[in-house]
Amino acid sequence: MSQFTTLGIVETILGKLPWTLLLSAIAFVGGAVVAGLLTTVAILGGRIANASVSIVISTVQSTPLLMLMFLCFFGLPLFQMEISPLLAASCALIAFTAAYLTEAWRAALRAVHVGQWEAALSSGMRHDQVLLAIILPQAVRIAIPPTVGFLVQVVKATALASIVGFMEITRVGTVLNNITFRPFFVFAIIGALYMALNLPISLAARRLERRFNFNR
Amino acid sequence: MFSFRDVFAHSDMLISGLAVSIVLCGIAGVLGLLLAILCAAFKTSGPRLLSWIVTAYVETIRNTPFIVQLFFIYFGVGGISWRMSPAFAAAVALTLNVAAYFTEIIRGGMADGSRGVREAALSQGLTTGQTYLCIVLPPALAKVDKTLVGQFVLVFLGSAVISQISVEDLTSAAQFIQTRTFRAFETYIVVTVLYVATGLALSLLYAWLRPLLFPWVKGAPQ
Repeated sequence: MSQFTTLGIVETILGKLPWTLLLSAIAFVGGAVVAGLLTTVAILGGRIANASVSIVISTVQSTPLLMLMFLCFFGLPLFQMEISPLLAASCALIAFTAAYLTEAWRAALRAVHVGQWEAALSSGMRHDQVLLAIILPQAVRIAIPPTVGFLVQVVKATALASIVGFMEITRVGTVLNNITFRPFFVFAIIGALYMALNLPISLAARRLERRFNFNR
Repeated sequence: MFSFRDVFAHSDMLISGLAVSIVLCGIAGVLGLLLAILCAAFKTSGPRLLSWIVTAYVETIRNTPFIVQLFFIYFGVGGISWRMSPAFAAAVALTLNVAAYFTEIIRGGMADGSRGVREAALSQGLTTGQTYLCIVLPPALAKVDKTLVGQFVLVFLGSAVISQISVEDLTSAAQFIQTRTFRAFETYIVVTVLYVATGLALSLLYAWLRPLLFPWVKGAPQ
């Protein structure tokens, strides 16, 4: 067991950190793209589109993330797709992220007072001009703190990818636990790594919230 | 293409798994609420050291994944102390998780306007404990109760992870049935529906229970 000295354990865990970061990035960027599309559909698509988006969001949000992962892992092969743990985890995490962000962004757009729409429209601006020049800039300010805060949830959620066999830091923790029999140390290091990633994001989100809230 | 018959043939396992999930989360919900009430008191009006400890605890739980907390308690703490059963470790992990989130939510409910009320109560001769439990806490809980229930439902959904330390919960029943019947997708569809339905039932149950818990809140029958 010479390679698994204390330092060896830390190095092995750190070696898998890029995969946690990659999966977080895929989930966050992919989820943001899907959420952008869904928000556009919900806002511009009329009542039925809006209601359908609501149904999709609440279905995804009331499903355990682990079930989403299992359903992707065992469901996608039914459509003749080659499935890898990375693909299954990515699909589930993108759905998870998109559901939350769509809700937050749609709420942010709604939070801008309706009088602003009426004032801008009555001063002769077109519908799309109002949306882009008047509503969106204000909505973005409202949406930024919850969006940044949700990044913490995404990083934490990637730990579940370990269960479908994706080798990120939680997964390497269970493997190291079986080899070294030093679970207390291994999982303390992994917990500390998640803390190091997430605590700055949490604090930043809270600061943004205070900063953007002063005039409301 | 799909066949649910084999899955429903194991419905007794699904029901007992669901029962384990509900009981463990129920225990965690009650104990977590009590612990959170204590922590919120320490954080808002306790000595500085206690308040600092609570903050460290809450931030640790909120910034790490539940599965890592679970593994740390079951393998890590279980490895250096006594050999705890999986169900016990899961109950401890769920309780600590619930309590950390509940502490923040309850503290948020107490944040505004409780100072004057607290001073008034103290000047009437109530002790600090009486003031907190009887005067400050009830309206704070009534203000954030729906958030607490929403968070509890999230914990219930997240509890699927406890199957990973071989607690025989709903997800572990699913994993057993899936290896038995080779009907993985159908099994997880059924189990997902069970999770969603239970989460929904919890919210509805609370909507019915709410007027009994907080009869003074506007709109509730007297």
